[in-house]
Amino acid sequence: MNDTVLSIQCLSVALPEGADRRLAVDDVSLDLRKGETVCIVGESGSGKSITAFSVVGLLSPQLVPVAGKVLFGGNDLLKAPAAEMRRIRGARIAMIFQEPMTALNPVLRCGQQIMEMFEAHGLHTHRARRARAIELLTEVGLPDPAKAFSAFPHELSGGQRQRVMIAMALALEPDVIIADEPTTALDVTTQAQILSLLKRLRENHGTAILFITHDFGVVAEIADRVAVMHRGKVVESGPTVDVLNDPQEAYTRDLLAAVPALTPPAPAGKPDAEIVLSGLNLNKTYRGRSFFNRRDVPALTDVSFDLYRGETLGIVGESGSGKSTLGRCLMRLADLDAGEIIVDGKDLHALSERAFQPMRKTMQMVFQDPFASLNPQRTVGRIIADGPIVHGKAESLALAQAEELLSFVGLDPSSMNRYPREFSGGQRQRIGIARALALEPKIIIADEPVSALDVSVQAQVLKLLRGLKVRLSLSMIFITHDLRVAAQICDRVAVMQRGRIIEMGPTAEIFSNPKSEYTRALLAAIPGQGLGAKQAFESELPA
Amino acid sequence: MTSFIIKRLASAVLTILVVSALTFSLAFLAGDPAIAIAGKDSSAADIARVREYYGFDRPVVIQYGEWLAKALTGDFGRSFHYQQSVADMLASRLPITFGLGVAAIIFALAIAVPLGVAAAAKPGGLIDRFALGLSVLGQAMPTFWLALLLVVLFGLTLRWLPISGNATWQHFVMPTIALGTFALPALLRITRAGTLDALRSDYVRTARAKGLGAGKVLFRHALRNVMIPLVSISAVQLGALLAGSIVIEQIFALQGIGALSYDATLRADLPVVQAITLIVAVFYVLLTLVADIVNAILDPRIRESW
Repeated sequence: MNDTVLSIQCLSVALPEGADRRLAVDDVSLDLRKGETVCIVGESGSGKSITAFSVVGLLSPQLVPVAGKVLFGGNDLLKAPAAEMRRIRGARIAMIFQEPMTALNPVLRCGQQIMEMFEAHGLHTHRARRARAIELLTEVGLPDPAKAFSAFPHELSGGQRQRVMIAMALALEPDVIIADEPTTALDVTTQAQILSLLKRLRENHGTAILFITHDFGVVAEIADRVAVMHRGKVVESGPTVDVLNDPQEAYTRDLLAAVPALTPPAPAGKPDAEIVLSGLNLNKTYRGRSFFNRRDVPALTDVSFDLYRGETLGIVGESGSGKSTLGRCLMRLADLDAGEIIVDGKDLHALSERAFQPMRKTMQMVFQDPFASLNPQRTVGRIIADGPIVHGKAESLALAQAEELLSFVGLDPSSMNRYPREFSGGQRQRIGIARALALEPKIIIADEPVSALDVSVQAQVLKLLRGLKVRLSLSMIFITHDLRVAAQICDRVAVMQRGRIIEMGPTAEIFSNPKSEYTRALLAAIPGQGLGAKQAFESELPA
Repeated sequence: MTSFIIKRLASAVLTILVVSALTFSLAFLAGDPAIAIAGKDSSAADIARVREYYGFDRPVVIQYGEWLAKALTGDFGRSFHYQQSVADMLASRLPITFGLGVAAIIFALAIAVPLGVAAAAKPGGLIDRFALGLSVLGQAMPTFWLALLLVVLFGLTLRWLPISGNATWQHFVMPTIALGTFALPALLRITRAGTLDALRSDYVRTARAKGLGAGKVLFRHALRNVMIPLVSISAVQLGALLAGSIVIEQIFALQGIGALSYDATLRADLPVVQAITLIVAVFYVLLTLVADIVNAILDPRIRESW
């Protein structure tokens, strides 16, 4: 077809020796037409980003394209000399990256970084560059373009920074924009705004967009066509509607089935009336760190809630809402300014460190990052047994129990003497859960426990948590930014905004009939509303 | 920016006050100064006379206030041993030590920065391995030994350079090299590590995705970020060079404050020791002040953390 602007043909990219497979990208073909958005969707390690970076020749040196062509404007970009590639980059193929904070240089003003686009390609006088940059900042919808021009990246919000990146990408009216997970680091409402901005720009400029994402919701919102990648290969591709509604391949079907639905399942049984934890008027303000810096940031304002026995209470909200601070304060990893946390009739906040020490067994935490939260120098068995040993259990007993716990969370008990690095993200999160369970807590506080995981792994870990809760009649506080996850696992949810709980109630009620404007906006911003399956958590408890 | 500088200055002044109090109390930590002056075998009456003469019998706070007030006007008292004004003694010696320190740090930076960047450009390459070797060597070799090797080679064998005194600029060449080599490894490593980090960073990838040439990517995007830790380390290293030039000044017979402080310490010549300690400490504080201000200009985030 002659309106094809970019054509990837039989591309293969080799991995360095010793990797889990020979080819990062294996015989991938993909066409991008004028004015079209094509999504490459896949889990981590599928080769989707490597495919995109091959196009512009920005692969890290260990990755080498070994076969295929990337045709653009009649040339094979894989064979283009460096000077030629430099003329194409930015001018005819521009890029937008995942993390707008790190993708912009922290020590240069935003305006200057946009003006560099013209400088790199020898266009315009200084004055004209400046005028164009302000025009672009206006076009991407920044409220005060002149201020954004002279701002440093850290002075803008995440969404604003991503708008600056988009302005930069648009500067030279490229034929193609490659967007690598451009909304993954953003809050859901910001994501919705950025997606609609990209849609509008594509219509106004006729730019083709190659969009890399792991999120089927985003695919449903933005893509004309979609290619699903798995272990370096495109397993299925076609128009978005067809692939999402009638997937042909088993892998695509599994991935789609792992996306949690927005409609909560019916409540499993009657809620228990026994309160295991109460928060009463919790308040916390972060104070400026240095002697001179007196800027205070309120993180929790009059937060009150009850947690019932056997219930999962979701704390949902966007970044900066105070949800993680709440979790840390409950665990006394951060100090409250005021308020009471009542467990077993005692106010945890008022206890001395020594009096609190034995109470730590009652509450345990599961953390977000399964890579950073396990000590890389200790064996898995040790990591799990450490807690009980500290609390006075005999070492041999604690280690025997750790072995049981490993099989309880679905891992081979022979993993005891291995190190965290030998496990995948999902397996590590299981280790983290076993570690939390080792002290036989009554309450688990889980802070974004599945946010770092791929969607298929996420479904397994959620299933595990749900099963454990039922079997051990645990009470759980489940902190998440992801309303889909909250819908599937929480009995009740509390919606937080700027340090306050603005709405709290049974999950089904909140999702079907939100009372506050903010909750409605949050729900409306979720991409791909109709997508996702109700997950069968009740079945398949771990042995 | 103005508010940053005012706050930073206020904190520097506080630091200097604390340092001056500590410096002053040196006199009393080291034992009774009156005994030191009068001599160990003096009679009790002699010691008492000395104590009264120098005012050691008055309350410490008053002595400190008086000493500080005088020090602020440049009057550090009279040397016990040389019986001349400490200020006059320092006036001729400070330029030698400061000049040597500045020359040494420039020498170290002139080698460390280009070499560190070149090493980071190709990690594991020939230049990188050379740089690693040089930094290990520089760290492991005692300064005095390098100085002696230089003297043997350039002074005695080749007879290119004078080996003692401070009459001409040639007299400073070997001391600069010997002292600079002491500062080199830290600067080299921080440049290499910083450049490596910067080159792997997302913003350098963005700069390349814009189509910028390699030179602009390196100088405008990468090096600007490398300079921030480099400025801090350079300031600390220069401070260390001033304090650490004692050995080098002895070897090359440079009449700087390093040599003087060695001498004064041996003779318990307190006004001299106090003055040198205070001046070096104040200079240290000023160096970090300048470094912080330079970094605040380079990195807007530093301004706001205050």
